[in-house]
Order: sequence, then C-alpha cells, then structure tokens
Amino acid sequence: MPKDHGIGASPKRREDVRFLTGAGQYTDDINVYGQTYCYFLRSDVAHGKINRIDTSDAEKMPGVVRIFTGKDFEGVGGLPCGWQVTDRFGQPMKEPGHPVLAQGKVRHVGDPIAAVVADSLEEARNAAEAIVLDIEELPAAVDMKAALGDGAPLVHDDIGSNLCYDWGFVEDNKGAVDEAIKNAAHVTTLELVNQRLVANPMEPRVAVGDYSRANDESTLYTTSQNPHVIRLLMGAFVLGIPEHKLRVVAPDVGGGFGTKIFHYAEEAFVTFAARKINRPVKWTASRSEAFMSDAHGRDHVTKIELALDKDNNFVAIRTETLANMGAYLSTFAPSVPTWLHGTLMAGNYKTPNIYVNVKAVFTNTVPVDAYRGAGRPEATFQLERVIDKAARELGVDPIALRRQNFVTEFPYQTPVAVVYDTGDYNATMNKLEEMADIKGFAARRKASEAKGKLRGFGVNCYIEACGIAPSNLVGQLGARAGLYESATVRVNATGTISVYTGSHSHGQGHETAFPQVVAEMLGIDESMIDIVHGDTSKIPMGMGTYGSRSLAVGGSAMVRATEKIINKAKKIASHLLEASEADIELKDGKFSVAGTDKSVAWGDVTLAAYVPHNYPLEDLEPGLEETAFYDPSNFTYPAGAYACEVELDPETGKVTIERFAAADDFGNIVNPMIVSGQVHGGLAQGIGQALLESCAYDENGQLLSASYMDYAMPRADDVPFYSVDHSCATPCTHNPLGVKGCGEAGAIGSPPAVINAVIDALQSGGHKVEHINMPASPQRVWAAMHG
Amino acid sequence: MQMSDSREIKAPQSVVWSAILDPEVLKACVPGCTEMAGSAEEGFEATVVQKVGPVKATFKGQVTLSDMDEPNLVTLSGEGKGGAAGFAKGGATVRLEPTEAGTMLHYDVEAKVGGKLAQLGSRIIDGFAKKMADQFFENFQQAVEGPADPDAAPEAGAEGDGTKKKSWLKRIVS
Repeated sequence: MPKDHGIGASPKRREDVRFLTGAGQYTDDINVYGQTYCYFLRSDVAHGKINRIDTSDAEKMPGVVRIFTGKDFEGVGGLPCGWQVTDRFGQPMKEPGHPVLAQGKVRHVGDPIAAVVADSLEEARNAAEAIVLDIEELPAAVDMKAALGDGAPLVHDDIGSNLCYDWGFVEDNKGAVDEAIKNAAHVTTLELVNQRLVANPMEPRVAVGDYSRANDESTLYTTSQNPHVIRLLMGAFVLGIPEHKLRVVAPDVGGGFGTKIFHYAEEAFVTFAARKINRPVKWTASRSEAFMSDAHGRDHVTKIELALDKDNNFVAIRTETLANMGAYLSTFAPSVPTWLHGTLMAGNYKTPNIYVNVKAVFTNTVPVDAYRGAGRPEATFQLERVIDKAARELGVDPIALRRQNFVTEFPYQTPVAVVYDTGDYNATMNKLEEMADIKGFAARRKASEAKGKLRGFGVNCYIEACGIAPSNLVGQLGARAGLYESATVRVNATGTISVYTGSHSHGQGHETAFPQVVAEMLGIDESMIDIVHGDTSKIPMGMGTYGSRSLAVGGSAMVRATEKIINKAKKIASHLLEASEADIELKDGKFSVAGTDKSVAWGDVTLAAYVPHNYPLEDLEPGLEETAFYDPSNFTYPAGAYACEVELDPETGKVTIERFAAADDFGNIVNPMIVSGQVHGGLAQGIGQALLESCAYDENGQLLSASYMDYAMPRADDVPFYSVDHSCATPCTHNPLGVKGCGEAGAIGSPPAVINAVIDALQSGGHKVEHINMPASPQRVWAAMHG
Repeated sequence: MQMSDSREIKAPQSVVWSAILDPEVLKACVPGCTEMAGSAEEGFEATVVQKVGPVKATFKGQVTLSDMDEPNLVTLSGEGKGGAAGFAKGGATVRLEPTEAGTMLHYDVEAKVGGKLAQLGSRIIDGFAKKMADQFFENFQQAVEGPADPDAAPEAGAEGDGTKKKSWLKRIVS
C-alpha cells in the first residue's frame, strides 16, 4: 500500500490552494504606499549609435516624476557576469560592459534607453512617447557565422571582434580524438541547429524598489528564482549597497524555467531610482516586453561527428558549436554552452575519446542564458540524433546500438571530467520498451498507413548533471559564486516548525515536498511544518533554485539541520527521562528509553527547550533552532530513456504525437505525484521545442516573434497523455536523501525522441530525409518531403 | 521584403513624371496619407495613418528623392516613425519608359519594419506591403488616367470612354 505521509507519499500540493483560489501573493500584487510607476523606452533597432536623447518635452508631461537615461548611470556599476570561462589558449573570455540603461550605443531590440518614472503607468508611457531620440541605425550582427567573419559589424567596438571565447574541452584530448576519428571504421556526421527559445513563464517579470530614509535601507521585490544571488550581484557589483542595507524578496513566483535566475537591469533600476526620488518604483513587464528583455535560451549551431569501430563500438565524438550569447553576457550565460554542455557529451555511453569545441558569439540580439536544461538539452539532442543517424547508416537497431555502448559499471569516469556515481541505463531502457509497447508498433503503423498517414517511432536516452557542485570545483571552472544551500529549522515551543530554506519555489511544490522530508525524520505530522523561502531578511543565505538542485542540495541542508535538531532534542529528552542520551530513541514523534516503556512526546521536549524550568541549563542552551549549510561533493546524474511515436500527415506535413513514454531514474523520490508533474511539464516544453517554438529574427536584427500569434507555445491538444515511470531508481550515492533531481529531465530528454520519430516516419514513407531542424513544423516537414 | 512590378499608364511620360513628383498627387495616392508637404527638391514631409494587423499608428517621416534622371528614373526613400508602434522604412525606384499607349512604369520596392510592427506584424507584413504598393500604384494610375470604369466590359470599352470619368486628380495632373 502506498504511504500516506512522509517520504514516498503523494499529498496534494498545499500551495495550490492559494494559487488556484486567487490568494497567491505575486510581485505585482505588492503595492507600496506612495509608489510610482516606471516605463522603459526600449530600442526598436538592433544596433545603433545614440546621438541624442532629448527628454525636455517629456519631463513637462503630466505626472512625470523623473526621467533617467544612461547618463544617470555613469559611475554606477554594470550588470555583472557570474561565470568566467577560460578559453583554449588560457585566456579569460571577453567580458564587455552591460550598462543598466544604454550608454553610447543600443545593441539589441529591447535594449533600454530611458526610464520614465511617473505617478501612473499611463503617464509614464505617454511621456516616453514624447522623448525625442536621435539614434543612427548601424548594420547589425545577427547570424553567428557572419558575425565572426571579417568586416562584420561589432556589437562591442572595444573588444575588436564578436568572439566571446573559443573553448576546447578537453583540450589535451584533441589529438587523440582526431586520431581516433581518422582511424575509425565508420564516422557519422550531422550538422544541426538547436533553435533559440523564449522561456515564457506565465508571470512576466516584475520589480518593485523601495527605500527607507529612516534606516538607509533598500528593498527590492522581484520575480526571482534566487533572491540572495540578486542581493549579492546588485548590491556588491551594480549599486554598491551593503548586504545589511539591502533586502531582496521574491514572493510567489509564477514560473521561472531559468529565465528568472539572472540579475536584470530593471531590478537594479527600480532599486536605484527609489533611492533617488525617495518613493517606491514599480515596473511590470508586458508580454511583448518579456519577449525582448527576458534572457532567451538555446541558440546553438553544431556539427557533431560520431566514430565507431568495426563492431559498432563508439570510439570518438568530436563537436564544433557556435553558441549565441546575444548582445551582452547575461548572468550565467558563459557556463551554459561550456560546463553545462561539454561535460555531458559522453551521454550514457562509454566513448573513450571526446573533444568539444565551442565558440561563443556576440550578436545584436537579446542575451541568451540558461533555459530549462541549459546546455544539457543541446548535448543530448546532438548526441542522440547522431546515434540514430549512425544506426540507420549501419543498418542496426537504434536501441541495440545504444545498449551495446551503455556505461554499465559505476562509478564511471567520463573523458569529459565528470564522474557518474550510479545508474542503470539498461533498466530504464527495459522499462521503456515495456511502456512504449514496441511489439505493437508494427500494427499501429499499419493502421496509420491504412488512413494514408505515416507513423514513426523514436527513442533516445539522456543523462544530465544536477545540483551543480562542489563549490571549490566550480570555483576552479570559473563560477563566481558558491553552490551550497542553507537551511534553518526553527522549532517553536509547541512543537510546530518553520523551515527556512535558500531554495526558492516558483511552481515546484517545495512547500509540500520539503515538510515530507522533515516530518519523516521527526515522525510528526507534515501539517506542523511550514516552509519559508524567498526573503533575504528571513533566510540566512541561499543560492536559489535552478539546475534541478532544490531537493538534492537544499533538501540535504534541511536533513543536516534536522539531524542537529534531533541531537539536541535527544539531550533534552534524556534529561527529562533521566536516562543516558545514548539510550534515547526517536520514533513516531516520541522519545523513549530503549527497552523501556518510558517516553516523552515531541511537544514535551520542545516546550522544555523554551520553558526550561526542568532543563540542563549548565550543559545546554535553551531553544531549539539549528542551521546547516550543505555543499555537495559531486553532481547528481539523473538519467533515463524516452520514446515517442508520431503520426505524420503526408498531405500537410503535420506531425501529431500519438504516444510518449518516459522512464526516468531520479534516485529516491519524495513525492511521486510532484515528480510526475515535473516530468509532464518538462515534456511539454521539450515537445514545444521539437514541433512548435522558435524565436525568430530577421537579417536586420528585428525580433519577429514577440507575441503568441507568432511564437507557438504548446497547448493541451499538442501533447499526448504521457506514460511516465520513475521506478528504476539507483539512489544518489553522496547526498543523504539519495535523490537526483527531476525538474529538467523532461525538457532535456524529449526533443531527440520526437525528431527521431519524425525521421522514422518520413523514412517509412520512402523519403530519404536524414535530419530536420526544430521546430518540425508542417511547413518544414512538407518541404523536406518534397526535396 | 522586396517586390517588383510594372504597369502601363495611358498618359505621356512627361505627365507621369510630373505626377510622381507632385505632393498633392502623392498625398492622394499614398494609402492613409493625411499630410504631404514639401517639394521634389527639398523632399517631402509626410504623415500616414495605417493599421498593420494589431498595430495602428500615425507615422511621421521624411521622403527624399534621389538618383533623379528626368523623365526616366527616380528613387523615393523614406522612414516613418510610429512612436511606440516602431518604424517603417523603405524605398521605391521608379523607372518610366514610353510605350505606344503611354508610359510603362516599372517599380522596385523595398520595405523594412522595426519595433512593435516587426514583433507583432511580421507574419502579415509582406502581404501588407504588397497591398500598400499595389494600392499606391493603382491610385496613381487612376490619378493620371482617370478611374477604370467597372461597368465597362473590356470588349465594349472604347478608347475614349475612360476620359469621360476623369477624376479631379486627373484634372490636377493634366
């Protein structure tokens, strides 16, 4: 019988009650007395020289409090980059400045030029229309290859080219890889595009800046996945406000998907402006604004070669990638195509020689940074596509080819630095074959063909690295932050508990899952435990939520803090029970003396901690509150196998997904329902990328897809009923919960399965199509069918 | 986007040439034009109200004439700023050739849009620009020749019939 509480149970998400009844408290719900509204005047050209900004008429418009331009930010820091990549030649990446408001030049459509602060939003917008701009449009660098060519327009004149870095990984392996490819029995080559995406969380970004003259303290309310990181970056690098004078609050946040990790100009602006005008300043992005100011995702162009020996064993992988950085370096942008991508190029396979080359390129487009999966979907897509192509070229079964090359012994040292601690890729593949009903496929294909349709089956594996760590290693790799997490467990006198976590919940269900962990350890009811997050004034420190790290890192910190609570509570119990501490056992919320029927309840101990009338005061402080910081010793490595079955209408090129199966190994599971929900969401985004979504620019750098009329988000009828399973668990070996993380897997693992299935369908219809770039829209599929 | 087309206008080349440089004619022919001032030498100041898909805006801008080779060739180029709606810019190279019936007008049009127009209207902009150009040259042809008579079937349409329906514009240009 499934558990009804604690780890492994699936209680309904408690936060959904407020989300579904309109009681959520989002940043836009926060209104501070006397607040003003801010409107950003943004560039409508991709690249231009600012000759003049005349705000004199606009300043006289009704309601205008003040208008800011780049001039107001001279002497103020720019937006910092949180990761420094070192190139193949040992040189640091090029790191151009990123002003809060444009100075001298505008570099992408949406680059903020001026900000109008007024008594109402309407007045701010009207005044922005009255600002006279003289911007001389310059030729734009849009296509990455062209941007690296001679004479290309320079996004940043001072760095002399559009190359941010040329990264080789592992550089020392290059010779051996080249040699192995030269001598291989077979080499399969594939060139592909991993297109630019927009994250599109349901809640657009919002920022409210407030300033208290009474204590010289600034507060920023913002739609962030990691308020402490914003406090550090904005306080220390942009505005020069010390941590104890700066509070950052990220209340309920309506989805992030990576795009709310980063520190944005608008956050720095409202905090800065609130101090200048001594009134709160509020900014709420419109959806159009979100499209041109939220960091975008993906945007890689890759050539991958897979070399095999005569027995079809993988012997080498070589890749060349151009990765778009956009016009400025967003907070963690440089790490995505490098350490979050190159380190995963081994996939689930024992390939002895791997070399990854990545050139990061500046273009006159919106900055690109982490989006659900961040680097790992790009690695998975190219690897799993080239394996499928190789299987076709060699005339072997794609599943058998994968199985033959699986890593089967753990720990496994890859040739790309990381060490997989545990896994069982055959187990998830076995499970997948059963879920996908491969045996029934031939009959289903026949039925489709009888209707004049083509049917295709595609499979792929994936591995990802979550809970990026440890801090001392990532420091060597260029991270400018630690990657631990903190937790404080505060037990109240009556036994209820508040857990303060640096992890941030923006849809993941932390408020439900985390209490399950603490309740399991203490043997008390989950309803006695609340989770507090998203406020730097309440939580000691936090690195936030991204990279599927919350349970593996934040949850582990909670376990450590709870262990400290149990230790101290046992001391108090041993005093109350007049027994030796070593004999005290905690079970079902009761402390008892081993081998006796003497016990005290959880509430008796917690009360004694705060009303210490009968208490060992000479040996033990009163109170029951503990903090722990947890810094993982390795990444976690969730892995799995996915299968997709599509039906393709040869008349129109339209692809519909008929079946989708996902067999994941996430290690131990705290709340299976939430995990399934995370996989469902990830799959929808992966299928969105495979079939629908594309962020398009024209050759002048104009953004062409800035509304849902042009940017096709997946809708309910675009996705099938999924079949998901996470029973093939190999617990993580190095964190106390044995958990691996599940937030990104769906988005990482699904695009290659879909495209492999589309190619299979086309091939079954006699179309010699080897590859199709995403999104596999009807137009593209039809064009591919007709040469 | 780029497009090229040509149409024959039943009027002498000199008449067509002066019409294309006349701000009054241009104002009447540019769809949505509410103001047009200036001269061929100095350039024109224009105001155009247009709705592109979901974006409606008033575009103000300068039109300049260049590469002028009277009465054969002229390039009109301009940029209209529509405030929050973004901008449109483009050019048309117009080449005139005498024919038996009058003048052959060839045009190559290039148009670009930016800002909100591109973001929200890109999928319809090509069609829109083509419609604008067609409408302009249709209006222009009518202005110079007089409007086509919808009742007059081609086989019945005697050469002279059209002249009876000369518009006020025709009167301006002739």
